[in-house]
Parts: sequence; C-alpha cells; structure tokens
Amino acid sequence: MSVDLATVKRVARLARIAVTEEDANRMVGELNGILGFVEQLGEVDVAGVEPMTSVTPMDMRKRTDNVTDGDKADDIVANAPSTDYNFFLVPKVVE
Amino acid sequence: MTELTSLTIAEAREKLKAKELTSVELTKAYLDAIEAANGVLNAYVAVTPEKALDMAKASDERRAAGQVGALEGIPLGIKDLFATRDVHTQACSHILDGFKPKYESTVSQNLWDDGAVMLGKLNMDEFAMGSSNETSHYGAVINPWKAEGSNQQLVPGGSSGGSAAAVAAHLCAGATATDTGGSIRQPAAFTGTVGIKPTYGRCSRWGIVAFASSLDQAGPIARDVRDAAIMLKSMASVDAKDTTSVDLPVPDYEAALGQSLKGMKIGIPREYRVDGMPDEIEKLWQQGIAWLKDAGAEIVDITLPHTKYALPAYYIVAPAEASSNLARYDGVRYGLRVDGKDIVDMYEKTRAAGFGTEVKRRIMIGTYVLSAGYYDAYYLQAQKVRTLIKRDFELVFDAGVDAILTPATPSSAFGVADEDLASDPVKMYLNDIFTVTVNMAGLPGIAVPAGLDHKGLPLGLQLIGKPFEEETLFRTAHVIEQAAGRFTPAKWW
Repeated sequence: MSVDLATVKRVARLARIAVTEEDANRMVGELNGILGFVEQLGEVDVAGVEPMTSVTPMDMRKRTDNVTDGDKADDIVANAPSTDYNFFLVPKVVE
Repeated sequence: MTELTSLTIAEAREKLKAKELTSVELTKAYLDAIEAANGVLNAYVAVTPEKALDMAKASDERRAAGQVGALEGIPLGIKDLFATRDVHTQACSHILDGFKPKYESTVSQNLWDDGAVMLGKLNMDEFAMGSSNETSHYGAVINPWKAEGSNQQLVPGGSSGGSAAAVAAHLCAGATATDTGGSIRQPAAFTGTVGIKPTYGRCSRWGIVAFASSLDQAGPIARDVRDAAIMLKSMASVDAKDTTSVDLPVPDYEAALGQSLKGMKIGIPREYRVDGMPDEIEKLWQQGIAWLKDAGAEIVDITLPHTKYALPAYYIVAPAEASSNLARYDGVRYGLRVDGKDIVDMYEKTRAAGFGTEVKRRIMIGTYVLSAGYYDAYYLQAQKVRTLIKRDFELVFDAGVDAILTPATPSSAFGVADEDLASDPVKMYLNDIFTVTVNMAGLPGIAVPAGLDHKGLPLGLQLIGKPFEEETLFRTAHVIEQAAGRFTPAKWW
C-alpha cells in the first residue's frame, strides 16, 4: 500500500498538524519509504496467532476506589499558556 | 590526587564513606567540568547548580547524622524525558517550551530518596525519537569520542545521547536514560559506556514523558557494570501510579558481580549476522564468545526466526502508540501555543510549529496505520508478529538458554549530519536492528563495551536475558568487562 498527496493531507488533518504543500509533498516520499519497509510483515504467516496486548503476562492491579489525589488546581494550570480562575482558556468553540 | 570526576560511583561511595571527600566537593567538581565542556558537547540542556549544591549540602548533613542512602551524595544527570519538579522538562521538544512540572517522576524520586544529587537535565532526541540525538530541539550532542587522526564530530547515538555523552565525558557520575527501541543500549555502545534496559515493568514509567507505552522502559547509563547495577537497584520499584510496574522484590544486583558463569548456557542467534555487517563487529562477537567460554559458560547456536520482522513491526507499533500519546500536546494545558482563527486552527498551528520533522513523521505514520481501513493490515498484523517475536525468545529460554549474546549495534558512531542517513529515515532506523527485538519482547538487555574498532571508536556487545533476570546480565556483562577492560575517551574538549 502507498499514500498519495491527498491521503497525506487527510492524515495530517486527522493528526491535527498543519502542513504546507511543500511539507505534504516531501512526506509522500518519506511515508512511502517507511510503508515500503514495513510491507514485508505481510509475508509472515500469522494464522491462529493472537495479537500481543501485554508484553508481560499480568493481571491488572486494582486499587480501592478512594480519592487519593487532588485539591491542586493551581498546580494543574501552572504550565498552561492561558488560564483564568483555574480554567484553561481556549478560543471560542460554541457560538 | 586523581580528578574527582574520574571516580566511578562505587569509588566515590568509598571515599565519601571514608570522609576523604564530601558530596559538596564532588558536586562542585562536576559543575566545573560541565561548565568547561557543555559549550562543546551540548550534553546538558539545563544545568541546576544551586539545586545541586543544596542537595549535596543536605546529603553531607545526612551523612554526618548517620543516614546514608545507597547513592548518598552521588551527582547524577537526568534525561530530559523524566519529570523533575520545577525544573526544565521538555523531552527536548519545542512544543513543551517552558514546561516545569509540579511533580517528580517515580524513578528520579527513588534516586533522591537514596541520597543522589541532581546536576541537571540531559539532551536527547525529541520525544526519544531518534538514533543520533540530532532531532533534539536543543541541537546535536557531540560524542566525546573521535576517530584516531580525525577531527570529525561524531554523534553519541540516541535517543539517550546526552546521558551517554555526559557519562563518557565524566560530566556526571551516572545518568538516567530510557529505551523504547535501543535508546539506552545504542548510545552506550557508541560512547564506551554501560547501559541496561531492564525488563518491561521493572521501573515505574510514572512521570516519564510517554513515547510508546508498551515499549518504554527506564534504565541507567553508567561507566561500568557495577555502577549500572548500583543505579538500577535504586531506580527500580513497584509503583501504585504505574499499574504495569511489577511487584517483585528488587535484588541486590551488585551481589551478582563476580559470580561464576560455570554451567551457564549462552545462546548465539544466527539471525543477528546481517548483510553488510563490518568484519570488526563479527570479530568482536567471536571475541565475546571466547571470553564467556573461557569463563566457563557453554555456548550454543540458537535461532530466533522472526528477528528480521522486529524492526518493521516496531515501526508500526511505536508510531501508533506515539500518535496517541502525543495527542495531548495541543497548546491548551502546557507548553507552546500558536494562536489560530479557531480552536482547530490553533491545534494545527501549535503542533506544526512545536513538533520537529521526525516526530511529525512518526505521528503521521501512527495516525495512518490506526486509521479506518488500515488497522487490521498494519497494526493488528504487527501485534501478531510481535507475539511471534516474543515466542522465539520463549522457545530458546525454555530449551535451557540463560542469556543471549549479540552485537549491540551494526557499526561504531557515525558523523554528525551524515547525509546518507539524513536522506533516508529507514537507514537511520536500521541502527536499532539488534536492540529493538528486546523491547518488542519486553526482555532485559545490557550493552557493555567490548573493544575498539580500527578507527579507535568503541564497540559494544549486547546480552539479552529472561524476564526479571537482570542479575544474570550483570554477572555476564561483568565477565566481558573484566576481559575487555574499560574505555575512556581522550579529553579534547
């Protein structure tokens, strides 16, 4: 499988990365290079093989449903580019 | 008296204990060394002298009061991927501009709890994506090693290039690092240092900026095997904040050093003999085999048939997980924001300006292989292949093999801004051909220096072990180190 310019632009849109025409053109070649490299996986016989979901067999450790953290709104917004009263500020999303 | 910065962790520990040295003296020596070298080597992206001296002073006071931790007073460098409270933490990316977390990663906290001192944050490839440390927003790190008779600047490898260069150039006693596909072991091999990626789950990932969560694991880069053992003992822990961290006791790794290899079975996988591999690497490998045989180990040929598929599978799984993990950088909660005409425009502009070329490339690949219609063909197939890669190792270990010996990298360190590598991303990816299988299978792997090539540059061997049998790796790597000696670059900076 290979990607064309339109696909690269669609994927960039999905990934929320603005690309110029020049970027997109360059990426077509690069992504096709990588996709060409991974293509060889198709030759592996995987009949009856389970996809890996956890690299070490383990039961998910569970904890009791208690509040163990919180009450640190100042810390949470401390690094935000724009805040007001412990809210993150973003451009208007609802008219 | 020898230069204080030339002391290993174990040597400094003895001198501190004997009151021949204080942590403040040792820390000052390192801060001076950093000051003199960092303009050239670019290993640190942030130096924290005040914090370092405060921590050193507190350590000396604790020692005077009889409280001595396992790393009491030892000055360390921390890879920029680890969150350090109120200190520069940017994964060497522009998109995390100004980020100073209000929390501390579990691994670094473990080190401070054991008495260690922080010198600063170390350079790395942006979001740990790279094999040369050239994708860093803060510029390339220069390898303290140079080829004989050459003035060409070489890369230290990556992504933990700052960690490896700082350790090799004696700009810290030891460093934290992380390894997703080879990011501890490849730079260790390129700089003549020791690096271990422990079993997945041995160290907590909490507070480490996520790249590919099913592959990421922290480990140390150190000057010798003993120092790596000392550091991993402190770094490893079970952690309620990371459910993939394992609740197993952390052994005293140092105690494994010096134990006999008699009765041990070392596997030599034929698939690691790749086309175009320099004769020197083959020779190094044979030398390693001979050393282990002399030490009493039994050498057996083994096969890991799916080896060649590990790297292509990795370049699906890792970008897929990265595209998801890096979705959080959107200009809202931290770091860079580039304003736009609406919120989506802001996201797109922020991410376009904040991520570098390699990071964008991987996010794009990841987004593509996870997108509707391609998930089964790419991601699901890769996860099935991953099961087969892991099974290869399981079969070998079930047949009685205790550890596997391979080369660490297909070459020694290459030049900064290598045009051949820059023009083809896949060529750069091939650096990880011997290391990436270990991450795919979640196993521990150690890179230990074993010799110099004809240019006088260090080369490393890799040992791969069974899950949670890091002690076997330390024991075996120690034998190689004893035979090969240690390698230190001649100071030119």
